[in-house]
Amino acid sequence: MAKKVGIEAAIAIAEAAALADVDVVSAYPITPQTHIVEHLAHLVADGILNAEFITVESEHTALSAALGASLTGARTFTSTSAQGLALMNEIVYITSSMRAPVVMALANRALSAPINIWNDHSDVMSVRDTGWISIFANNAQEAYDLTFMAFKIGEHPDVLLPVMINFDGFILTHVIEPVVLFGKEDVEGFLPPYDHPYKLDPDRPVTMGPVGLPEIYTEVKKQQDVAIRSSRSVIDAVFKEFAERFGRKYSAVETYAIDDAEVVLVTQGSVTDAACFVVDEMRKRGKKWGVVEIRLWRPFPFDDVGSALTSGKIKCVVVLDRAISFGGPAGIVMSEVRSALYHVPNRPIVIGVTSGLGGRDIMFEDYVRMFELGEEALRTGKEPEMVTIIGVRE
Amino acid sequence: MIEIRFHGRGGQGAVTSAEILAQAAIMDGKYAQAFPSFGAERRGAPVQAFTRISNEPIRIRIGVYHPDVIVVLDSTLIQSENVFFGLKEGGLAVINSKESPRELKERLGFKGRIITVDATKIALEELGVPITNIAILGALCRGRPDLAKMESLEYFIAERFPHLKEKEIRSFRRAYEEVSE
Repeated sequence: MAKKVGIEAAIAIAEAAALADVDVVSAYPITPQTHIVEHLAHLVADGILNAEFITVESEHTALSAALGASLTGARTFTSTSAQGLALMNEIVYITSSMRAPVVMALANRALSAPINIWNDHSDVMSVRDTGWISIFANNAQEAYDLTFMAFKIGEHPDVLLPVMINFDGFILTHVIEPVVLFGKEDVEGFLPPYDHPYKLDPDRPVTMGPVGLPEIYTEVKKQQDVAIRSSRSVIDAVFKEFAERFGRKYSAVETYAIDDAEVVLVTQGSVTDAACFVVDEMRKRGKKWGVVEIRLWRPFPFDDVGSALTSGKIKCVVVLDRAISFGGPAGIVMSEVRSALYHVPNRPIVIGVTSGLGGRDIMFEDYVRMFELGEEALRTGKEPEMVTIIGVRE
Repeated sequence: MIEIRFHGRGGQGAVTSAEILAQAAIMDGKYAQAFPSFGAERRGAPVQAFTRISNEPIRIRIGVYHPDVIVVLDSTLIQSENVFFGLKEGGLAVINSKESPRELKERLGFKGRIITVDATKIALEELGVPITNIAILGALCRGRPDLAKMESLEYFIAERFPHLKEKEIRSFRRAYEEVSE
């Protein structure tokens, strides 16, 4: 029976992996690890979860072992964060290229230096182009639901790609809050058994991951791109089935109070709820502001972003980035939003802000400032190329 | 929404106090969140933990800057840092101290509501160690009975400390009784 409990988000994610009855958990168990794999280790040790739990000496090996396990046909889970993801990087590419549907919970944290273990989106942005399906959760319930759904999405025979569930480090991972946990019987039939059509099997020997000469490499990469773009229909179908069965709705792009909004803030992750709170408060003072959240980061939902941001009365879009593209084209998310709107006639003004780096709290006034920058841009008609960092001491 | 900020030293269990309070409030049917201040925690260093309790879903995830209640697990913190920072007008301070609320108010020049309990003495007598996180919850429960039901708090105290549950619940109840207002 589903029950609502107060539980740490990290533990809820471990419970989601256990609910999916994972066969293999491979993880580096020390910092920057979260409680996710600690709880899974408990579940395995206590005999509650029948899985192989592999503790390895580095994140590079953690994902290597997960990749190998996944290719034998085992349902595989791993988790990491920040520097751990950076150390995995080589295998991050290889996992998606070898079409292994590993599920990874990524506790989003800053990259060093200076050494900083706190929340921002530097880590996920560093693997933007690695070919993983990448989805953001805003709270512990979403982290739980999406981790469970990630297996169904990635393992779908039309997809066969790894899935990364992003959830903000500390401000979500370490927070105890209410979550409705499923019992096994509640989800009966939702997640089919994992059956990789080309798995490593001693009775049908194949070679995986060999050299791809210039004669074949381009075709492999094109296939990979087609695969992740096509995964969108499966993602939508899984979200729809989940909503029909369990009542909680998820979309590639979520919107809040945008019907009559002139200025909207584009967010990702747990700041979305806070931004919605600010919108509610400021609407009492007559401000017509709204929020658009890009939940699905890869494959990027160009059409959904485009139609959300050109709907109603939207005249200015402020994009909140939680990481910096040093010397690059403004914000990382902002660039994608501008691309999505490039061909749209009478597109809204798009400006970028960066905030909440390395664990700095984004305060109520900071959100207000972001919206006000949008109003300013509307008044002056100026659309600055560069992002404004909110709350930086200069 | 009620915001509570716990001040302790690493090893005293302030994070556990915050978490048990949130779990109990959720069990009572409310919305709640609890989280640590995420500093570079080490034994003895000042740490903070936060709990928010509300009848509505809680949508913010920043530190508590304007608490309705502060809970101080270690009286030496009063000298070393401003535990009262941002405490709302009419807010409550729950302090582990041998001193009476009146003595503390005079000494600190603080005008608001203070309740005290000698949680260190209770913890030493009941547990044999100066870990005050459960005793201070007893005092908090006395000062703000609206936050969570005593039986819900005791349920999670027992769950968190299966081998020490009788002793911990005894220190929780003693602190509730021995509060000075």
